[in-house]
Amino acid sequence: METLILLLALFVLSLFLGVELIVKVPPTLHTPLMSGTNAVSGITLVGALLAAGSDSSPMLVNFLGFLAVTFATINVVGGYLVTNRMLSMFKRK
Amino acid sequence: MSPTIVNLVYLVAGILFILGIKGLTKPTTAVRGNMLSAIGMLIAVTVTLLDSEVVNFAYILAGALAGSLIGAVMALRIQMTSVPQMVALLNGFGGGASLTIALAEYFSVLDVDAKSFSDLLVPVALHSGAFGVAEEGTVALISIALTVLIGAVTLTGSLVAFAKLQGLIKKSHGLPGGPIGNGLILVGALVALGCLIVNPGQAVLILSLVAIALLLGLFLVMPIGGADMPVVIALLNSYSGIAAALAGFILGNTVLIVAGSLVGTSGLILTRIMCVAMNRSLANVLLGKMAASGDIVDADEIYAGKVTSAQPDEVAMMLEAAKRVVIVPGYGMAMAQAQHAVRELADAMQAKGIDVEYGIHPVAGRMPGHMNVLLAEAEVPYDKLIEMDRINPTFEDTDIVIVIGANDVTNPMARESEGSPIYGMPILNVDKAKNVVVIKRSLSPGFSGLPNPLFAMDHTLMVYGDGKKAVIEMTTALNQA
Repeated sequence: METLILLLALFVLSLFLGVELIVKVPPTLHTPLMSGTNAVSGITLVGALLAAGSDSSPMLVNFLGFLAVTFATINVVGGYLVTNRMLSMFKRK
Repeated sequence: MSPTIVNLVYLVAGILFILGIKGLTKPTTAVRGNMLSAIGMLIAVTVTLLDSEVVNFAYILAGALAGSLIGAVMALRIQMTSVPQMVALLNGFGGGASLTIALAEYFSVLDVDAKSFSDLLVPVALHSGAFGVAEEGTVALISIALTVLIGAVTLTGSLVAFAKLQGLIKKSHGLPGGPIGNGLILVGALVALGCLIVNPGQAVLILSLVAIALLLGLFLVMPIGGADMPVVIALLNSYSGIAAALAGFILGNTVLIVAGSLVGTSGLILTRIMCVAMNRSLANVLLGKMAASGDIVDADEIYAGKVTSAQPDEVAMMLEAAKRVVIVPGYGMAMAQAQHAVRELADAMQAKGIDVEYGIHPVAGRMPGHMNVLLAEAEVPYDKLIEMDRINPTFEDTDIVIVIGANDVTNPMARESEGSPIYGMPILNVDKAKNVVVIKRSLSPGFSGLPNPLFAMDHTLMVYGDGKKAVIEMTTALNQA
């Protein structure tokens, strides 16, 4: 139960931190913010690797893990690359 | 590798994600921020691969190769006008990843060696204790069910949003029952969720939950109109983050919780910004309704005999005498692929000593900040892109405003006409400028379906025709003058 309370505390504090950070992002960068957070949400790759790489489980689990790895990798690779492409277009005169 | 080290590395990754988003608060630090965030991802993934539980690399390699290939091709090939579609797809894949992780976790605990689909449906004697000690088991089970629900809704909802943005689905209709029908599906999903928590051994329950949630995502986004897509993709962005954070609760993984909640709040804040900029409530957008239509306004009455039109070379003569010009672009400019032509016109004006800035409405384009990206691609310096609240006070000192491809966001009825459906929506007060030039194909209404009294004002000139062609003609005439 203590672990759960700690995770919950982490969740709530991250939400507050998120609000403080995101409101400071200027409207000019809202599109890269969205694609960049898409990439960050690809952190589910960590969970996906654990599922796809596990051994004790039936084949079904590995297959679901494979799907999860594919989805999450698209987000990580696609998200960071497209964000980088957009951000490098923003130039000052 | 010991769990302590793994968790410490996750902490470092979390810090890098936070610094990455902090970098996005300024255009000068944004590229570096994105890099930091990517480094955080790399170390989190590397340390997970070194985990002793990861022994089977075949599936990982296959998924990583397929994902990298699809992701890289998408990111490098996509046109900037189509970025909203790509973000919609990425939201969907984020939801899909959380959904499949939750299912994998469930079936690894269930531990049925299924030879066929029907083997899966045979109930297994299992109680929540299998998912964790005492209450933790129940909480893990609830987290699995909620991740499945939100992940599946995000997956199909985003695919519909993608199809709408891409023009594959043009009509907007939902269930016959409308919101009531969606409400019933949601109740069905919650019933399946409740039953699953009571009978965790019945795989048929989690599979029904998946099916119902996939349908729910479909019917939630179906009735929403194309112009409301910025709100929908911002909201689905938030869902994909919440699903990731919930997956973190299933696995007891701190970096998933931190990253997921950052993404969740980002999507929610953008959703709110879009709703405020359209003066509509979130409920109103989600139910696919426009504001009550109010007084009917007759377009002919507003326009009859009062609209003045001009040719591009006449506008060029006016521009030559101007000191300050503001360009107000809308999505129509991107549709006409006129952003490069517009930047060349701005260059020509600046060469004659005219001060040129761009006034950007928050909902210009198909997603938050879309117009800024389109203009940045056309090499417009970002410090010339001025947001609504900062450009509005400057219109009174502006000699000429050039409106191209925008309509509703300049409609003074939003400010003045109390019975109007768009009353209260924040607009760019271009009518306060000394002269207004509107480049538009015809007097046809924008998404709101309302006539725009701006077009009939004494100090407004209409330039009819293709946006790109008109702007090029203005530039040529200005350069020759």
